[in-house]
Amino acid sequence: MSDTRTRAPEGPEDVTDAEAERLSSAPAETDSPTGIGVLGWFRWMWRQLTSMRVALILLFLLSLAAIPGSLIPQTSQNSFKVETWKAAHKSLTPIYEKLQLFDVYSSVWFSAIYILLFVSLAGCIIPRTWQFVGVLRAKPPAAPRNLTRMPVYAAWHTDADPEAVNRAAYQRLRKRGFRVHMEEAGAVAAEKGYLREVGNLLFHFSLFALLAGFAWASLASGQGGKLVIVGQGYSNTTTQLDDFTGSAFYTSDDLDPFGFKLDGFTAEYQTGGDQMGTPREYAAHIRYWTGSDDTKLTKADIEVNHPLEIGGSKVFLIGHGYAPVVTVKNAKGETVYAGPTAFLPQDGNLTSTGVVKVNDYGEKDGKKTQLGFQGYFLPTAPVNFEQTGPVSLFPAAAEPMLVLTAYAGDLGTDSGLPQNVYQLNTQHLTQLKQDGDIARARLKPGQGWSLPDGYGTVTFDGYQEWASFTVSHRPGNAIALTGAVCAILGLIGSLFVQRRRIWVRAVTTPDGRTLVEAAGLARSESAKIAEELAELAVDLQDDAPATESESESATEPGSEPAAKPEARAEDASDAEEAPTAESTPASDEAVVSDKPSGPTSPADPSSKE
Amino acid sequence: MHLASGVDLQLADLSNKLIYSAMAVYLIAMFAYMFEWTFGSKGAVAVRSVEQASLAETVAAANEPVKAAKRVTVTVASANGGTTTLTRTALADAGATVVTSGRGEADAVDGPGAAGTSEKGDLVGRMAVSLTVLGALLHAGAVVSRGLSVMRWPWGNMYEFSCAFGLTMVLAYLGLLVAKKKARWLGLPVMLAVLLTLGLAVSVLYTDSEQLVPALHSYWLAIHVSTAIICGGFLYAAFVTTLLYLGKDRYDQRAAEGLTTGPLGTPASVWQRLPAASSLDRLSYRINAMVFPLWTFTIIAGAIWAEAAWGKYWEWDPKETWSFITWVAYAAYLHARATAGWKGRKAAYLALLAFSFYLFNFYGVNIFITGKHSYAGVG
Repeated sequence: MSDTRTRAPEGPEDVTDAEAERLSSAPAETDSPTGIGVLGWFRWMWRQLTSMRVALILLFLLSLAAIPGSLIPQTSQNSFKVETWKAAHKSLTPIYEKLQLFDVYSSVWFSAIYILLFVSLAGCIIPRTWQFVGVLRAKPPAAPRNLTRMPVYAAWHTDADPEAVNRAAYQRLRKRGFRVHMEEAGAVAAEKGYLREVGNLLFHFSLFALLAGFAWASLASGQGGKLVIVGQGYSNTTTQLDDFTGSAFYTSDDLDPFGFKLDGFTAEYQTGGDQMGTPREYAAHIRYWTGSDDTKLTKADIEVNHPLEIGGSKVFLIGHGYAPVVTVKNAKGETVYAGPTAFLPQDGNLTSTGVVKVNDYGEKDGKKTQLGFQGYFLPTAPVNFEQTGPVSLFPAAAEPMLVLTAYAGDLGTDSGLPQNVYQLNTQHLTQLKQDGDIARARLKPGQGWSLPDGYGTVTFDGYQEWASFTVSHRPGNAIALTGAVCAILGLIGSLFVQRRRIWVRAVTTPDGRTLVEAAGLARSESAKIAEELAELAVDLQDDAPATESESESATEPGSEPAAKPEARAEDASDAEEAPTAESTPASDEAVVSDKPSGPTSPADPSSKE
Repeated sequence: MHLASGVDLQLADLSNKLIYSAMAVYLIAMFAYMFEWTFGSKGAVAVRSVEQASLAETVAAANEPVKAAKRVTVTVASANGGTTTLTRTALADAGATVVTSGRGEADAVDGPGAAGTSEKGDLVGRMAVSLTVLGALLHAGAVVSRGLSVMRWPWGNMYEFSCAFGLTMVLAYLGLLVAKKKARWLGLPVMLAVLLTLGLAVSVLYTDSEQLVPALHSYWLAIHVSTAIICGGFLYAAFVTTLLYLGKDRYDQRAAEGLTTGPLGTPASVWQRLPAASSLDRLSYRINAMVFPLWTFTIIAGAIWAEAAWGKYWEWDPKETWSFITWVAYAAYLHARATAGWKGRKAAYLALLAFSFYLFNFYGVNIFITGKHSYAGVG
């Protein structure tokens, strides 16, 4: 995530120094093909793919590529909307189809981006892991020969024994939680903040876990939908489901054995204000069974946000509506149709449309006939129906009304072709007319309608409510969740922990005194390393008190020239973009306080371990 | 989940009044911040503020019994090849008491703040902060009473989300001040942003205080939405800081070229009083880096909720998609910060883009795109 690719030192650098200065476990980048022939080019391409720059571009592309899917209807979410869109944009549709814009998230180009990204990630993370394991097994990098070259540096003279000073530094660093190594050459090397890289690696590996969870879910899950009218039951088989989408490892044969009976449905709506009619509560009251024994029933409620877990499946409450109950009698007075028929809601106030298909009407005038009714169910019909037309005013059934028109002829249900139960195929049907006009009836519960031309009667007996459910079997959630939780933990480690090195070296100078040098290295993002080094040095002066003369000019450590160190771990581009100093403080002695320094050290996330 | 059936109309009304009061107070605070900037431009823009100078004196005084003190000066290499020093002094007889630490010869010196060296400006600035606190109290009262009026979490629609979102923005700013950060210069843009947010909320997004649709009856509302609100407030603050960084950086470039005005003809004194470009850049990075794990958590909490509500934890619903886009954009920004050739301005542009995605996810997706997250309560 963060302290990634730092530039490898250029030129004939001291090898150990270079090693010490590389805080990151990331591989160094190369800009041109190395080696020869195809292998060289392949290696170069691989390096490019796994480089941060390309990863960055892929990340950016991924975010851009996700956009069209949110603006264009997607088959996976709402295939009906896709069809409507296609019908409205005839000329664009073939282009969009070619570009897979109706299935963005499973399209070739979207997949290509994220697969490349994950390959790039693997190519970066796996070597980094080995490198990090190596770092953990090795000692902290040895102190560079010239500590003044380090970004943060302090030194003073003392009369204490150099070996004692080194030992004291070892102890103090250890107490501060550093991994410390006492070098034979008389220096102490220490490193801290490994959790940063641990977090970084954990986060990126978690992304693979998330991907695995996704993949498993899409390979082994299935989902079906079912509309159940109150009073009716349902058992979890393909024949009973209205629709079913399976996957490679979960087909309609794998459906979990259970069933339930819908005993009732509760819906509450806002009755006033600017959100009138907005639903406030939905609950489906059911009794369910599992396995083959459908007599042992358990009571349960299914609400939005509270699915019911039965066996390996979850049952979600998705929608609800009304099913008018009608009785149809034929010309002879025989009941040919009776019961509730589900109508589908068209708006928030549950203006519902639907059809009643009377397949077994019998014969009329010696000819086999079928009847079809098309209509509206209005839970709360308007008083001024003539002006408003069939529109419900409120979703609850306060003033129910059924509006019907009738057709006679051949419904086409005997043709063997599957039919939409919510639509009439009027190809072989004639609409019944009365006085030259389309015959239409507006019925209140209990009212009947004598069909024209002696086709019989229709009675609107009342209504039932129905609820629609999604039955979903989705494994792999636990993998994805674990991945997600690890990703957050990893992020916290990689963003809030700072990895840094401190070296202390005490040596005897030619004039017989002891020179104590301390240096630190961290990402330049934070000034904390300077503070930490200062604190350590102040503490260390208990063991190695600075000689009197030195405390006046602590900045001039002996013969060493006061450092003009360069920032090693930084890229050169930083220098170009760094702002120029506006001015220098008025006095040399003046020490600007760090405490109220405001924006230079704001809520610093990188300071906490 | 227990639901109170009704709506306490008195409390709902109080909430509305409090929002308007908060807006009025914020408006006055905004003017006060403007006065602070105006007065500050009249005083000479000295780089070191009064506080700092007086602190230096304290240090000098403390250094008098220098014989008994421990003192360390750390040389710090800065990015542009210069050096700064940090001095830490401890009185020997007072144990490890650190008297001061400080930097000299800083490569990038922070400006003194909006008030400059003007005492009048400083006074007005302090008044502005007090007004901001008052506004925040009224604002918090509005959010709480809105919640109490229906006995639920007060972020069930766009209006309520906006109110809470504006509040976290102000609280993020006040939090910086409480943490003793010199961030008063952030006051004016924060006031502008919060007034814009609340103005939109009361004029376009307003809905009466009511109970929630069944889809929102979940304790995840408290977790998922509140973290989204907190992220939004902080990201807004980071966004403002990034903008100022870009401006300051441009000003520095122009100053190096010998031009005397800031970008877009802005007066130089405004930019001189702001913190150094590197400080602004660092501040915006830190806020973004701090929020990023929280934003990750927001998305994951949303996915868990989606699993409970709709049966699938990820369905590429527009809101989900845009959260994802925002997340990836911020991830790209964090990576860019660590990539050679992308640091600085380019990374800052990515941060701006990422925040615009966040804003679009809130305003654009709710208003223009229908999806399963359509609880906005607007048109």
